[in-house]
Amino acid sequence: MERAYALSDGNSFYCSCERVFDPKLARVPVIVLSNNDGCAIARTAEAKAVGIKMGDPWFKIRQLCRDQGVRVYSSNYALYGDMSARVNEVYRRFSPRIEVYSIDESFLDLSDVRPAERFELASDLRGTVHRWTGVPTCVGIGSTKTLAKLANHIAKTHPALGGVCDLTDPQAYDHWVVRIPPGEIWGVGASTLRKLEALGCDSVADVRDLDPRAARKLLTVVGERLVYELRGIPCLDLETIAPTRKGCAVTRSFSERVEDLATMEQALAAHAARLGEKLRREGLGTDHLTVFFHTSEHDRDRPQRSISTVVTLPEASSDTLVLAKAATFGVRKVWRDGYRYSKAGIVTTDLMPLESSQRALIGGLDRETAGRLMEALDACNRRFGRGAVVPASAGWAKDRTWSTKFEMRSPRYTTRVDELPVVMAA
Amino acid sequence: MLAAAITYSSPAALPMLARPVRAGFPSPADDFIEQAIDLQSLLIANRAATFLVRVAGDSMLLAQLFDGDIAIVDRSLSPTDGDVVVVDVDGERSFKVWSRRGHRVRLAFANPRFPEFELSPDAVVEVWGVVSGSVSPRRRSARRA
Repeated sequence: MERAYALSDGNSFYCSCERVFDPKLARVPVIVLSNNDGCAIARTAEAKAVGIKMGDPWFKIRQLCRDQGVRVYSSNYALYGDMSARVNEVYRRFSPRIEVYSIDESFLDLSDVRPAERFELASDLRGTVHRWTGVPTCVGIGSTKTLAKLANHIAKTHPALGGVCDLTDPQAYDHWVVRIPPGEIWGVGASTLRKLEALGCDSVADVRDLDPRAARKLLTVVGERLVYELRGIPCLDLETIAPTRKGCAVTRSFSERVEDLATMEQALAAHAARLGEKLRREGLGTDHLTVFFHTSEHDRDRPQRSISTVVTLPEASSDTLVLAKAATFGVRKVWRDGYRYSKAGIVTTDLMPLESSQRALIGGLDRETAGRLMEALDACNRRFGRGAVVPASAGWAKDRTWSTKFEMRSPRYTTRVDELPVVMAA
Repeated sequence: MLAAAITYSSPAALPMLARPVRAGFPSPADDFIEQAIDLQSLLIANRAATFLVRVAGDSMLLAQLFDGDIAIVDRSLSPTDGDVVVVDVDGERSFKVWSRRGHRVRLAFANPRFPEFELSPDAVVEVWGVVSGSVSPRRRSARRA
């Protein structure tokens, strides 16, 4: 039986979430900045129209935003996460199988829906999500995930379609594949695009008509899969169960450049605390950390440095105190004065379930005591808010000179009782 | 409910036994244990579409919505005559009582001390959600500061 997948995603999702709670934002340009207010990561159509690009650094567009009356927000992940959960709850009423692909995109299995009814169902889905949550979406339908993603792109860039594009309709498929350039295909980046163009591919149809073996030679198995997926032969099924996390990273741009060792140690200890929290939530541990920090390419006139080091632990751990100690050890090992560092982070790979991980023969950690302490720490932070209890090496959040205070963040409207939206009865 | 919580929450103390053994008489209530009443499900029918908002002002007094209350707003409901709604009128969001006369929507305050709410014919009116309930703490200390 022919399969059918839908890809539904929120239009400028973060901005749309902000608009749900503030009617004044309805027709004005809105942007949302990345963590630590680094750069623009979500823009409404009005913001795109005044010339703001994806990834524009905040300091570069600050004046433009002021001049054009752009409303600027720090990212409010508590809000976006809650709104995303609501949107996915609606999706689940329309399909028994969904894959939450990212915070604002989900695949839905529509194979059981008759072809003639798919368009109407997708329109109904859009309408319901919008009415219930206030978030506008676009839906693309295709017989493979790659085609669904392509259909979504078409729906989004052609407003006349009413937010839905169904490429399982043969007429629509034939119409669009010759009109869309290969660069819009899911997974085709700059280097793949160059290779495809060298082969004379000017459209999606050209890529589809490549010999799969030739595609494999040129672009490995990924290229072969791409050709089949564009022909409507599914190679990728829905991932309805989230795979166990294999790696984890906590990285942040500093709000101000960091030039001294003590501040860098504090930042990495704070990152380690966050890492520990993430690992404990999933019962995972790690026995080595990669600690890195580097200067900024925007400081072209200053000396540049980028350094990373691996710190090995005696055995796997998710204990914040152990991780913080390891992180600050790593910082001291490779620290050099005289640079203006702009970003630092901790990356871990090969995470393992803590329960079943191998114990060290010598130098083993006291997991039982640490486990109880971390449980208490997590309980305090859940009850009194993140950052209520931190390792001393990480410093109080309000005293950290390197981290943003999220001054432009909107209230956490849906998750904090003291930040609920206020509606006038006057 | 309480009995269940006490007996089954500490299995670690008796790891060898499938069921904990109790001295004394078994509770006569054991066979009648039911779920605790879930206030959440009582107040919220559609979780995905329901938002909580804080009431500011006295214009909804007769609709039993008081300053400082938390109104429960269900966006999946369509308003019917007499419903309290959260509504955007020309970009201003507020509570009003909703009704329809023929094709015309009427919005009103629910407080006789307020003047009649005038809706200009060319106003852009968008219902944000229908109030399906409210949480009204009765003691001053529990209300908003």
